[in-house]
Amino acid sequence: MEVCNCIEPQWPADELLMKYQYISDFFIAIAYFSIPLELIYFVKKSAVFPYRWVLVQFGAFIVLCGATHLINLWTFTTHSRTVALVMTTAKVLTAVVSCATALMLVHIIPDLLSVKTRELFLKNKAAELDREMGLIRTQEETGRHVRMLTHEIRSTLDRHTILKTTLVELGRTLALEECALWMPTRTGLELQLSYTLRQQHPVEYTVPIQLPVINQVFGTSRAVKISPNSPVARLRPVSGKYMLGEVVAVRVPLLHLSNFQINDWPELSTKRYALMVLMLPSDSARQWHVHELELVEVVADQVAVALSHAAILEESMRARDLLMEQNVALDLARREAETAIRARNDFLAVMNHEMRTPMHAIIALSSLLQETELTPEQRLMVETILKSSNLLATLMNDVLDLSRLEDGSLQLELGTFNLHNLFREVLNLIKPIAVVKKLPITLNLAPDLPEFVVGDEKRLMQIILNIVGNAVKFSKQGSISVTALVTKSDTRAPDFFVVPTGSHFYLRVKVKDLGAGINPQDIPKLFTKFAQTQSLATRSSGGSGLGLAISKRFVNLMEGNIWIESDGLGKGCTAIFDVKLGISNESKQSCIPKIPANPRHANFSGLKVLVMDENGVSRMVTKGLLVHLGCEVTTVSSSEECLRVVCHEHKVVFMDVCMPGVENYQTALRIHEKFTKRHQRPLLVALTGNTDKSTKEKCMSFGLDGVLLKPVSLDNMRNVLSDLLEHRVLYEAM
Amino acid sequence: MNTVVAQLQRQFQDYIVSLYQQGFLDNQFSELRKLQDEGTPDFVAEVVSLFFDDCAKLINNMSTSLERPENVDFKQVDSGVHQLKGSSSSVGARRVKNVCISFKECCDVQNREGCLRCLQQVDYEYKMLKTKLQDLFNLEQQILQAGGTIPQVDINETDTLLNFANVQG
Repeated sequence: MEVCNCIEPQWPADELLMKYQYISDFFIAIAYFSIPLELIYFVKKSAVFPYRWVLVQFGAFIVLCGATHLINLWTFTTHSRTVALVMTTAKVLTAVVSCATALMLVHIIPDLLSVKTRELFLKNKAAELDREMGLIRTQEETGRHVRMLTHEIRSTLDRHTILKTTLVELGRTLALEECALWMPTRTGLELQLSYTLRQQHPVEYTVPIQLPVINQVFGTSRAVKISPNSPVARLRPVSGKYMLGEVVAVRVPLLHLSNFQINDWPELSTKRYALMVLMLPSDSARQWHVHELELVEVVADQVAVALSHAAILEESMRARDLLMEQNVALDLARREAETAIRARNDFLAVMNHEMRTPMHAIIALSSLLQETELTPEQRLMVETILKSSNLLATLMNDVLDLSRLEDGSLQLELGTFNLHNLFREVLNLIKPIAVVKKLPITLNLAPDLPEFVVGDEKRLMQIILNIVGNAVKFSKQGSISVTALVTKSDTRAPDFFVVPTGSHFYLRVKVKDLGAGINPQDIPKLFTKFAQTQSLATRSSGGSGLGLAISKRFVNLMEGNIWIESDGLGKGCTAIFDVKLGISNESKQSCIPKIPANPRHANFSGLKVLVMDENGVSRMVTKGLLVHLGCEVTTVSSSEECLRVVCHEHKVVFMDVCMPGVENYQTALRIHEKFTKRHQRPLLVALTGNTDKSTKEKCMSFGLDGVLLKPVSLDNMRNVLSDLLEHRVLYEAM
Repeated sequence: MNTVVAQLQRQFQDYIVSLYQQGFLDNQFSELRKLQDEGTPDFVAEVVSLFFDDCAKLINNMSTSLERPENVDFKQVDSGVHQLKGSSSSVGARRVKNVCISFKECCDVQNREGCLRCLQQVDYEYKMLKTKLQDLFNLEQQILQAGGTIPQVDINETDTLLNFANVQG
């Protein structure tokens, strides 16, 4: 018999309680069954969930619990052993799984918690980064604003535009209510409201510069928050209902041109600042942020720079205008001077001509008159007339010369002449007067003095004549010596020794007299125009006082120097001058007036030449060359033609020997045969492209007188022709 | 009026200097220009046009000679090259002359291909020079018509450079 282990159902006692337990168990079971379903559903939805098998375990645990509770339903009434068995099994399983789960959770839960911590940490980091991003963005915005502002401000050089643009852009960027600029007045004691943003015509009112708030702002380069009630910020009539927005002021240094030293940045000891005041909109509860203040400071700096640029530009424009004015004035003055000079020259030229004609008539007729029969008194009168008119003519010449010398329009007329003869001539001219005054004159010419020189003969004679004439004029007794030598030193630079080069030398002439002498103090005045020394002796000698001045000018033109030495009154004086002269190549005795300096450039006009060349182009070129030098050229293109055409009138035959072979050379032999007499034969010159010795030898062996390398230059041809005609042979021109 | 003339003169100067520097012309050309005066105002133009006609004729002859590969008359080609070289050095056509030198070398070794190449090059060079000189003469005409004078060009510096280049090969 089975022992019934079942517990006696206690139905009648707690029937209600039973019922409730029954229902609860039922619901618990449902819940327990549905939880895993929910779990599975949601986990399937989410992609990320580690520990799936934990879930399974958990699910199992719950299902079993549910099952247990479900099975419990059957145990309220009498139940069979099977049910009890099932119940027991379920419970056992549940116990096992739940214990396992419990054990598992010990491992799992810390992990899950740490995940949570990490999540929190990452969230914090993300928030921080967001903040920083916000900051960077703001900075970047600021930067962009500044760049834009700067660009706007710096794109113009006009002061007003700069300032206006600054205010406008700042107002826009920072959304300001009002923005104002106070500039210092001329006196520097007050700040004047110069520009505002909103008000079109700002009331011109000023505040003294010594206000504490202004000093505070000027004392630092940063933007300073000031009270909206301070005098610089009270720009609009306060109408009471506003709660004034915050105000910030910043200084703008005004740099002057003088602040910019070279290599030296302007020191900010400059005292001049302008004040920029910025006001936030009233009633907006906005505050000045740090980045906005920074922006304002940067802008203030930029404005300072832009203003200084504008100032510099103004300065330079002013300077340029001034210069232009001066230029115009100078130009005018120059033109007036030129006109004056031209007028004077015209006048002189006309007067010169006008004066010379009657002068000429007077002199000529007086001379003629002198030749006729005259009584002694008449003769005396005529002589006086002649002397006076000669003097007058000399005066006119001197004046004209001097004025031309001063213009610089006088040019030396260079030519070759005989220096020794010049001195002798001068002496011959002076001798009569010297003999009358019983003053012996001696001439010493140094042995190394060149005979033929290149220079302005007429003017040199004038100089020597003037100096020697003065010596004779101002001497009552004693002798006069004239010395001419080649000097080794340039008197303008006594340490510089001029070695007489092949082409130039310095002539020194010393004229010593033992006459009246000159007071050393008067020496500088001697060379000035129209000045005369005061001694009585000179009064009677006449002369315009221009002589030495003119001589000095001429000496200067000849790159020389002139001076007078004297030991004092009554001790005589020495006049010395140096001039630069050229040495002439001519050694001929006969003095040909205008020999060209380089005799090698002789004229070949009419020289008959024959050119033989097979190449049309080079024939034409050679012909052109010779025609340019003045020759009469005949051209032939072959040897036969050449032999046919050549005659004794041709002085030179140029033959091209470039073609290979010897036929051209044989032409030379033929020509030799044709002209047996040497003086009738024309000179033969080969034109070749080769320079080697064999060509030369070949030419010589075939009887050619010379060889020329093609292509020939003009100078080359010229030299060659003159050499050839001189020496009748030419083998150097390679 | 003066500025037009000055501008043209500067253009002329620059152009002619560039021709020297690019090696189209050398010193001989400037020698030719020296020979031109009031008596012979077209000397350079005449010489140059004669040269170009010569070139055309010689090139034609030489190309006929080089036409058939079996019997090339190298002697004739050689004489043609010789003529061309002489002419070009007489007028100062530097590039043409240089090509002629290499042409002669090809001819000496009887290298037909080389000769043909050189012939082509010569043709090209002389035609190029012809165009350039035509432009130059046009400029000269313009200057004269505008009432100016042809400027003298001092190519001493250019000359030194060219000589240097020549020495370098």
